[in-house]
Amino acid sequence: MRFESLSAFFYMDGHGVYIWAAYGLTLVILAANLWWPMLARRNIIRTAKSAMLKGMNSQRPEDQS
Amino acid sequence: MLNWFHRLGSPKIFFEISGRWQVPLLVLSVLMLTGGAAWALLFVPPDYQQGHSVRIMYIHVPAAILAQSGYVMMAGAAAVFLIWRIKLADVAVKCIAPLGASITFLALVTGAIWGKPTWGTWWVWDARLTSTLVLFFLYIGVIALRSAMERQAGAGRACAILALVGVVNLPVIKFSVEWWYTLHQPASFSLTEKPAMPVEMWLPLLIMVVAYYLFFFAIWIMRIRNEILLREKNTDWVKQWLAVR
Repeated sequence: MRFESLSAFFYMDGHGVYIWAAYGLTLVILAANLWWPMLARRNIIRTAKSAMLKGMNSQRPEDQS
Repeated sequence: MLNWFHRLGSPKIFFEISGRWQVPLLVLSVLMLTGGAAWALLFVPPDYQQGHSVRIMYIHVPAAILAQSGYVMMAGAAAVFLIWRIKLADVAVKCIAPLGASITFLALVTGAIWGKPTWGTWWVWDARLTSTLVLFFLYIGVIALRSAMERQAGAGRACAILALVGVVNLPVIKFSVEWWYTLHQPASFSLTEKPAMPVEMWLPLLIMVVAYYLFFFAIWIMRIRNEILLREKNTDWVKQWLAVR
């Protein structure tokens, strides 16, 4: 451990603002990269399944009344 | 070899194999990213010239490395698509472009943030920084071209050609710190020489570089799988796969 106190850890001899901004941005961009395809996958599965259900219903003529 | 190549070029087989790899890859990369970042923030000694701001190196250098090698991978996939007409390669080009753009953006912004306390400025128009900005615009160009031509045949070919043309920018980035006198320091890492840094500084950097690569591959695979599901949604195997979700 390179720091004597928690405040020294956050301050980092005055470089804290830059270091935490850079790490924060990295976290946001990496998390967004992960979140985006996970969300897309959920939407793709949901849309495809509802399309499949619709397709099944329209094949039955008695449902068209 | 060629047989293996064609097998992996089949969307169905790629989907099956990548399904087994994506979660372990993602978990490993997140563990390494967390561990590497904690090491960089807590245990790395402050640099004798830069002080604590050297900790930004551990997130900036891997992003910059990946911004470039991501482009090499995109151009490689583009070449495979143009030569062998393998559709999966086109999917790979489409899926890597936004990922590469975001990592290049990260490299540019973390570099600017690091520049302020070490060089005294956020940005200079020197060769390394400018050519990396051009790299960012090349990624954006590939994305924009795709979305402009989405419904036309030949969108894949046009994107692949643009991706290949942009390769000329890569040696400019790589050698910019040697060709011109710039503010940006030369490479801190090389495959052929021993690093000039002490081990307690370069080992966490190596971990972060590997972690970024693994993360990049995991996300690329996730995006490719989504695109395969969209393009193959009328095939039997996708319908069967969906039926059990």
